[in-house]
Amino acid sequence: MSEPVLYDAQGPRGRRRTRIGTAVAVVLLAGLAFLVVRRLADAGQFSMELWGPLIDPGNEAFDAVWRLIRVGILNTLKAAAVAMVLSVVLGTLIAVARLSLGRVGRIPLTGLVEVLRGLPVVVLVYFGVRVLDDVGVDLGGLPGGQVFWGLVLGLTAYNMVVFAEVIRAGVASLPRGQREGALATGLTPGQTMRIILLPQAFRVMLPALISQLVVVLKDTSLVTFVANYDELLSQGRSIQRNLDNPIQTFTVIALIYIAMNYTLGRLAQWVQARQARAGRVSRATTATAVTAAATGPAHVAGGGA
Amino acid sequence: MSPVFDNLDLFVEGFLTSLGICLVAMVGSLVLGVAIAACRVSPVPPLRALGAFWVTTFRNTPLSLILFFCAFGLPELGVNRSFWFFGVLGLILYTSAFVAEAVRAGINSVPAGQAEASRSLGLTFGQGLRTVVLPQALRTVVPPLGNVIIAMFKNSAVVGAFGVGGDLWSTGQTLTSARGLETLPIFTGVAIGYLLITLPAGALLQVLERRVAIVR
Repeated sequence: MSEPVLYDAQGPRGRRRTRIGTAVAVVLLAGLAFLVVRRLADAGQFSMELWGPLIDPGNEAFDAVWRLIRVGILNTLKAAAVAMVLSVVLGTLIAVARLSLGRVGRIPLTGLVEVLRGLPVVVLVYFGVRVLDDVGVDLGGLPGGQVFWGLVLGLTAYNMVVFAEVIRAGVASLPRGQREGALATGLTPGQTMRIILLPQAFRVMLPALISQLVVVLKDTSLVTFVANYDELLSQGRSIQRNLDNPIQTFTVIALIYIAMNYTLGRLAQWVQARQARAGRVSRATTATAVTAAATGPAHVAGGGA
Repeated sequence: MSPVFDNLDLFVEGFLTSLGICLVAMVGSLVLGVAIAACRVSPVPPLRALGAFWVTTFRNTPLSLILFFCAFGLPELGVNRSFWFFGVLGLILYTSAFVAEAVRAGINSVPAGQAEASRSLGLTFGQGLRTVVLPQALRTVVPPLGNVIIAMFKNSAVVGAFGVGGDLWSTGQTLTSARGLETLPIFTGVAIGYLLITLPAGALLQVLERRVAIVR
């Protein structure tokens, strides 16, 4: 949280206005909450019949429901983790290639990055799961199965180019002296990249990388529109179809997603704060890098679904 | 690619439907997002809490889950509307959180000294906001906000996948599953449809970014 820039520390009159505003807002929000709760209660949405299977360990369906959810969480994490690792590796390769090739050699890579970044992730997942299968690429033999790898490849196709941009911005944000110094000490350009530039770029960009993990995690749910894969959202849907309690089930599933993603978001913030404190990365560098991360790897913010 | 050209009219129709979803969702999420951002930077604690709650909830939930919640949850409460309505509503809720974050970051990026200086010059709060803080904030907000809107256009595919019907994605689905056409050419056509918007929009945004950039 940064300091508010719009107003000073308030004087007595300002504080009074704030108190009045607070009172009004509390009344309005409480009224709104009351209306929602009454609507829910009127529709019988608080009955244990609907909530029981999700929150009451004594309920006969409780164990089965949570077994489904556990499997869902595991599958979501598995797909996200594999896609993440692949994306980082491939993204780094693309970034390095883009940085070391000449003006002309870069063109196909730039095109690839722009195209993949401009496509909806759900379309890429469709390509991974359905189209690859139809054109005869058989992923079924791999451990995990065809849908899993289709999903992973779809997610990777999108996220590797996002990472490529993140890493490129990271390298670009390093002081020029780093590269010049490395070259002057006799390192080859390849060594300079590997030993000097990339490690620092990764460190600067670590928060952005962690934030992107949130996008990957959310995007695993897109597979539910394309094929059967038992990730968290699909499991939620089958629970909801069996118990006929959409509000309750989807609330619980949403809370699980929020808990996972919020934790990752806080982790990213913490890493960033730690870097700023440690002073390993000069403040200016972090600032430019983070702005670049916010604007450069474009759709990071609104990234996935 | 002939399956695409044979059905070009369907593709064009789908493209326009996608665009329509986006225009409505764009207006909705910009209005809602700016309101949420205003809550988050206001001096009133409950409003700040509301803003933080909103952003945390909708940014960390997959859009697909929000859509399911709207489409299956709301009818339980007696809200019966079309899938189109629920789809656009879900897209607005989801995108508003990202709009709010972009706007808030823009406002916070204006150095405190600017507002302080405008106050010491004797400008009122409103004048300072209008003539000093907001013009600078708006410029910083343009690039991230543009990215959010581009991402929203891509996310309209999710809204289509969820069953709105008639948009670019659904056109591809209909042609491949109902009519049994091959997936590769059809979905290449779908992909090109999305690129037709996202690539020029991205390029435009870069130009705009250079135009409005402020050197600090």
